[in-house]
Amino acid sequence: MTLLLEQLLNGLQFGVMLFLLAAGLTLIFGIMGVINLAHGSLYMVGAYAGTWVAAQTGSFWLGIPAALGAAALTGVAIEALVVRRLYARDHLDQVLATFAILLMANQLVTLIFGRQPLYTAMPEALSGSVELLPGLFYPPYRLAIIAVGLLVALGLWALINRTRIGMLVRAGSTNREMVRALGVDIRLLYTVVFGLGALLAGLAGFISGPVMAVQVGMGEQILLSTFVVVVIGGVGSIRGAFVASLALGVIDTCLRAYLPGLLRQVMAGPEADALGIGISSMGIYLLMAIVLLVKPKGLFAGNG
Amino acid sequence: MTAPLLQVTGLVKRFGGLTATDHVTLDVVPGEIHALIGPNGAGKSTLINQLCGELAPDEGSIAIDGAEVTALSAPERARMGLARTFQVTCLLDEETVLWNVAMALDVGRGHSFRFWRDIRRDESLTAEARRALAGTGLEGRAGVTVSELSHGERKQLELVTALAQQPRLLLLDEPMAGLGHVESQAMIGMLAGLKSRCGMLLVEHDMDAVFALADRVSVLVYGRIIATDLPGAIRENPAVREAYLGEGEEA
Amino acid sequence: MADIDLTHGAQAPGRAPLLRALAALVVLAALPTLASALGYPALTSLVTRILIYGIAAASLNFILGYGGLVSFGHAAFFGIGGYVVGILYQNYSDETLFLGLVPGSNQMLITLPAAVLVAGAFAAVIGALSLRTGGVQFIMITLAFAQMLFFLFVSLKAYGGDDGLIIRRTNELPGLNMRDKEVVYYVCLGIAALFFAGLARLIRSPFGNVLNGLRQNERRMVALGVAPYRYRLVAFVLSGMGAGLAGALMANFLRFVSPDMMHWTKSGELLIMVILGGVGTLFGPLIGAAAYLVLETLLASWTEYWQLGLGLVLLFVVMRARGGVRALIVALGALLPGRQK
Repeated sequence: MTLLLEQLLNGLQFGVMLFLLAAGLTLIFGIMGVINLAHGSLYMVGAYAGTWVAAQTGSFWLGIPAALGAAALTGVAIEALVVRRLYARDHLDQVLATFAILLMANQLVTLIFGRQPLYTAMPEALSGSVELLPGLFYPPYRLAIIAVGLLVALGLWALINRTRIGMLVRAGSTNREMVRALGVDIRLLYTVVFGLGALLAGLAGFISGPVMAVQVGMGEQILLSTFVVVVIGGVGSIRGAFVASLALGVIDTCLRAYLPGLLRQVMAGPEADALGIGISSMGIYLLMAIVLLVKPKGLFAGNG
Repeated sequence: MTAPLLQVTGLVKRFGGLTATDHVTLDVVPGEIHALIGPNGAGKSTLINQLCGELAPDEGSIAIDGAEVTALSAPERARMGLARTFQVTCLLDEETVLWNVAMALDVGRGHSFRFWRDIRRDESLTAEARRALAGTGLEGRAGVTVSELSHGERKQLELVTALAQQPRLLLLDEPMAGLGHVESQAMIGMLAGLKSRCGMLLVEHDMDAVFALADRVSVLVYGRIIATDLPGAIRENPAVREAYLGEGEEA
Repeated sequence: MADIDLTHGAQAPGRAPLLRALAALVVLAALPTLASALGYPALTSLVTRILIYGIAAASLNFILGYGGLVSFGHAAFFGIGGYVVGILYQNYSDETLFLGLVPGSNQMLITLPAAVLVAGAFAAVIGALSLRTGGVQFIMITLAFAQMLFFLFVSLKAYGGDDGLIIRRTNELPGLNMRDKEVVYYVCLGIAALFFAGLARLIRSPFGNVLNGLRQNERRMVALGVAPYRYRLVAFVLSGMGAGLAGALMANFLRFVSPDMMHWTKSGELLIMVILGGVGTLFGPLIGAAAYLVLETLLASWTEYWQLGLGLVLLFVVMRARGGVRALIVALGALLPGRQK
């Protein structure tokens, strides 16, 4: 029972990480109609920048502004130099151009930081473990990740539903021309949204550091899962991204935790493990296929 | 009276609280041009889209030549002899005029799941497409890419393409829209000459064209047909005059 | 008026392309001799890979350039084709039955058609599901299915899992010494020639023209009586079969298959080849495959960070539209003596 609870918390933690990435991606999809394969690279940039600063200064907390700043700046640069010219193009051009950025980002990071993975030291205050329930010990750092993710979700909800920028974002996703007619500088709005998405991706990258290794290619793995989230949730829907992130995080984590064990009861150990891992890796994609069969536009297509 | 080519009965389409098509009943008999007029926002496009199968109605039925087609898809209806033109022309822009017609002919032959025959060099297809273009004013433009055509020529080509489908029934969605006076007259002449080949439902704003061509006129207002009658009677119908015609006559 | 060009548009007309294709074929046939005479024996193996990737990229281009469908999962069919060869070979050498039913084989006349059919079957299932969506969702769902297959093969320890499968000997063809790399080259060349001839025919067929019409204007084709889904599904299956053929050849050429063949970056590479050579042209993907592989070979010989250069070139080509591609290829062609087309 405590094990299950622990796995659920792990799943929730993975889910909020997915959400931090998916929120930006789905906004960029929904508002600008752009597929951004380089979103995972922003996650990587945040992780590397934050981890490097944290290691140099010895302070985890200084890593946060570094990660946010580096990712946001990179995002704004990518938007201004490349993505901005792709809004009117077809998806193929967007896919290929952002794929090119992804390739270059990986190589540049390798050039600067080398091929060895980096590890982020956990902040002192959040290391160790706390007893949540009798017998259930859990690392406070992971709880903090969950809290950050939920706070960001709340913040985004408030931003989109309670502010002028949010109003424009909502209007922009349904009717670009109308926003333009309102005299809003749509280019600025796009840059802001792209930068915000980049910032969240960078945040996710950095706080994942103490839990997962910081290495080249880290962005792609989570990017693909994030795409699944965005598509299941419905392109452009923050609410859909939130629900799908948490659901996928929990499902993925539980499959990985329990499936090999279940399979081991019917086949030999090592083969069961390999197959179990394989099938759990396939799990989210299978889920996406099923959702799209029932609702080709995703679960929350076309609303908030 | 012969059996109708098109029989629409009690058609209803709702969008949320709005009833865009409100119990529409309408028919087109062979050799007839039945015009459908109505002010902007009356629901003409919504009705056309249901007739050709792009939009599913909520209630009611549509029959082509006595056969119920309400549940059939747009391509199935097209293969039953329903051809259409579009308000905003809809053509293969990268291809030539001739190829647009040839494509319609070839699909009409029903052989499209063939993977080996080189139809780009099919002389009989080319010849047939030329025959379809003969006398339309587009003969001289056969080799021109569609994206280079004028608006009027595009409208004409759509009509030729629709006729190449050998339709029994033709839905014309504002064929005069955007045409100059001379082009309109040519289009009216062309349509008048087609009466013997197929029945037509003509949705049109241009009242000169409507009264020059129509055998019967129906008036659609707020999704409902308020009158169906001979053109002369429609002109005199007080309800129509009030709802619509007064402002439309100068158009 | 007298001589109207009926074949305007995506399909280049006339005899000139045919002559050019034949000329290229002659040069390619002489290539192994030329390569050893010039002192570049490695050229033959590079061109073999170009031919194989050219088949895969042209298959992708069939649905992308002619059908307008951006499949981001075509490496899956490439990998499936490879695995059919690999698995049949393993069953052949172990003298076991695949799934306890199918005997193995090392005969290319059996393994290639098998690879094509199996890839086609996978494409039928994946296509039937994916084509229910469109746009962004189509790109993502094809990517997702490819990832599923990737992870499936990673987890199949019986077929090498992560490490892949080694095929000790290239499949046999009666009367040919398939251990000779030159013979393998000629086999690939022959198959590529047949493939492109068939593709040229397919593109000009009623089916190919309907598909191309659907890309240009779906509403128009529907009004003519075309039901889009069926045509697109058949096109997707044909395209998957082509990629499977390429994968089977690649497995024979490398004598190795691994899940990397169906990794999503491989799907990306195929897309890059298509765009480098020109979307919606018959031989464009072959030229694109050549450009890509030559670029890779050149850049990789300078630096281990060759993908940085690839990224720059790709970005340049995408941003500067298609005109830049030809110029780029001409420039590259001048750099490398003996490269074809």
